[in-house]
Amino acid sequence: MMNNIVLLPMLLPILVGVVLIFLRAYGRVQAWFSIGVMAVSAGIAFYLLEQVQTNGILRLDFGGWEPPFGILFVADSFSLLLVLTTAIVATIILLYAMFSAGKFLQTTYFYPTILFLIAGVNGSFLTGDLFNLFVCFEVMLLSSYVLLTLGGNKRQLREAIKYVVINIVSSWFFLVALAYLYGAVGTLNMAHVSVRVAEAGQGPLLTTVSIIFLIVFSLKAGLLLYFWLPGSYSAPPAVTSALFGALLTKVGIYALFRVFSLIFYHQPEITHTIIGAMAALTLVGGSLGAIAFNDIRKIAAYNVVIAVGFILVGLAVSTPNAVEGAIYYLIHDMVIKALLFLLVGTIISLTGTAMLDKMSGLMKNYPLLGWSFFITMLSLAGVPPLSGFIGKVLVSEGAVESGSYGLLTLALLSSLFVLYSLLRIFKNSFWGETIVSKEDQVPLKKTLLIPCLLLVLLTVGLGLGTELISGYVTDAAETLLNPDIYIDAVMGGGES
Amino acid sequence: METLIILLVGVLTAVAIYLVLSKSLIRVILGTAIFSHAVHLLILSMGGLKKGTVPLLGEEAPSYVDALPQALILTAIVISFAVTAFILVLAFRAYQELGTDDLEEMRGVNDE
Amino acid sequence: MKINDVILKTVSKAAVLIIFTFGIYLFLSGHNEPGGGFIGGLVLASAFVLLFLSHDSETISDAIPLDFKKISALGVLIAFASSTVPMFFGQPFMSQSFGYFDLPIFGKTELATVTVFEAGVALTVIGVVVNIIFSISEDE
Repeated sequence: MMNNIVLLPMLLPILVGVVLIFLRAYGRVQAWFSIGVMAVSAGIAFYLLEQVQTNGILRLDFGGWEPPFGILFVADSFSLLLVLTTAIVATIILLYAMFSAGKFLQTTYFYPTILFLIAGVNGSFLTGDLFNLFVCFEVMLLSSYVLLTLGGNKRQLREAIKYVVINIVSSWFFLVALAYLYGAVGTLNMAHVSVRVAEAGQGPLLTTVSIIFLIVFSLKAGLLLYFWLPGSYSAPPAVTSALFGALLTKVGIYALFRVFSLIFYHQPEITHTIIGAMAALTLVGGSLGAIAFNDIRKIAAYNVVIAVGFILVGLAVSTPNAVEGAIYYLIHDMVIKALLFLLVGTIISLTGTAMLDKMSGLMKNYPLLGWSFFITMLSLAGVPPLSGFIGKVLVSEGAVESGSYGLLTLALLSSLFVLYSLLRIFKNSFWGETIVSKEDQVPLKKTLLIPCLLLVLLTVGLGLGTELISGYVTDAAETLLNPDIYIDAVMGGGES
Repeated sequence: METLIILLVGVLTAVAIYLVLSKSLIRVILGTAIFSHAVHLLILSMGGLKKGTVPLLGEEAPSYVDALPQALILTAIVISFAVTAFILVLAFRAYQELGTDDLEEMRGVNDE
Repeated sequence: MKINDVILKTVSKAAVLIIFTFGIYLFLSGHNEPGGGFIGGLVLASAFVLLFLSHDSETISDAIPLDFKKISALGVLIAFASSTVPMFFGQPFMSQSFGYFDLPIFGKTELATVTVFEAGVALTVIGVVVNIIFSISEDE
């Protein structure tokens, strides 16, 4: 039985995206097609997730070339959870896009590019080959370059140049790392590399190669090397920054987890210590950034940075609890960052400014928006019934188990900074004197609020219904911590 | 032979870094192009440089070359081609909109 | 901007034909020899670019009424759709097959499904390259 269905989360968006190029003039049709295909991928991802629980890890060998000779897609619980979350979040973001994007965006290949971006993201989650990972990264990045420039105002173009050049340099590092790895072990299939590295022992040479990989993925994830992130995430329209904030850094985080749990796990006292130090610095830098700025888009962007640091604490500690917590938090963060950016975008479209000191008293006019923001804030800070809680608790437990009290302190302090930075937005923009008179107030379209409310429901649902996904998350963490499960599924026999 | 190529890669990388760090946008783009050439050479030499024929069945040859690095490079060339093309168009648009190709003037602190 | 360069125009008319032929040759020989969709596509695209350089872009756009954005989209569609076909026969994605057929003029010929994929790649490359040249040269 071939598992061609494993490919569909990447293939469907590409095919539909290409068809949409021919429907350029029909913005609404494009939107509904995109929403449809994302909903279908969500269904497929869920079906696959169930399959993995009963039959173990699924794989698809392209063109029938068996590993390690061909390239392949591998679907385990960790990948599929992320694919599923991506599909759900993307559906909701597309719904928001349909109502918010202007006529110009709707008809300039906006939806095809989003679909290509999602295809790249899903491909990166599912691939079982390091070079294929590079290719999927590039598909994703090229789409993100286009999305960042669509609309083409001065600020976007300026930020896009920096973003593109930085990503070219990091792709260069990626290729260098691949070249060295190929020179050292003679294969690029992840499972095969893992076997070869385990056989040869992870000597200084391979550890150095692993650190080049660390640099590459840190640049993509915004782990310590996040200097490019706030600028480029705050320049484009709300929909684009929501997609970026929800998906792009998560791919880098996924790659870090995959590479450092499957391949380079033999020298944790070097690699994982470095990751820990980088995560700590990221938490500090992100926290400072989040409280320093007056521009609410920048505050939201620095919140992305803090979350990256927090999730990587889980990888640095690498106890079962911490990894499980990191996965919970990863899923939570995809949902909540999309929500945060959409809300920030809505606030900006209502007030016409991104500056905190120029807005006030929105609560009176838009109570529903205000309370949505309030729930988002609590969820980001990790208040119990919401989705951020379980991740924070498990990561902290892991940190305690391994005695990393420094990381634990920073991680918990960062939550306070998250709360403070968002409380500043809440207090300045929603509380206070209503400065806009009844006549001048911009009516809030219900259609913009619905996607936000859906995401609020999702974060509440994830918090209350943690037990529903706990089985999958436990399985994902187990696969991450026991590379043999993954290797057996890929290398073991011809029949999958 | 490998040593020679690696030295060449080093020189190319040095040139590319110099160009990428310069202020003029067009030089930065040239730098990124040279970057990709350097890494393609690196991948090729990592596969081992030797004489041999194509690794096809039916070619009764004493030695074969490694085909994988070549496949990797071809893919990487296509990607770097697409990226370079995109950044060229982007640079042109940016030049039209911002009226400058000096990265120093693109820092953009004032208007926000 | 009108260019009036008689020598360039005359030479390019002849050269374009040769380049087209060479491009198609490269594309078809790609199965067993150096060549293939990407390289063939690049050569074909260079012929178009030469046309745009020697004549002005308005004349050529009128003469070749094709939307190159749609050509590249069509290329991607062909490439991916042809890779999808094996999935309906229970084979893995991107499987390929080939066979020998007796064609009227060529005699016994090897036909491979991968050619369809390569045609998609070639179309994509042509579309993308011409598009880039277009978008840089557009508003003078």
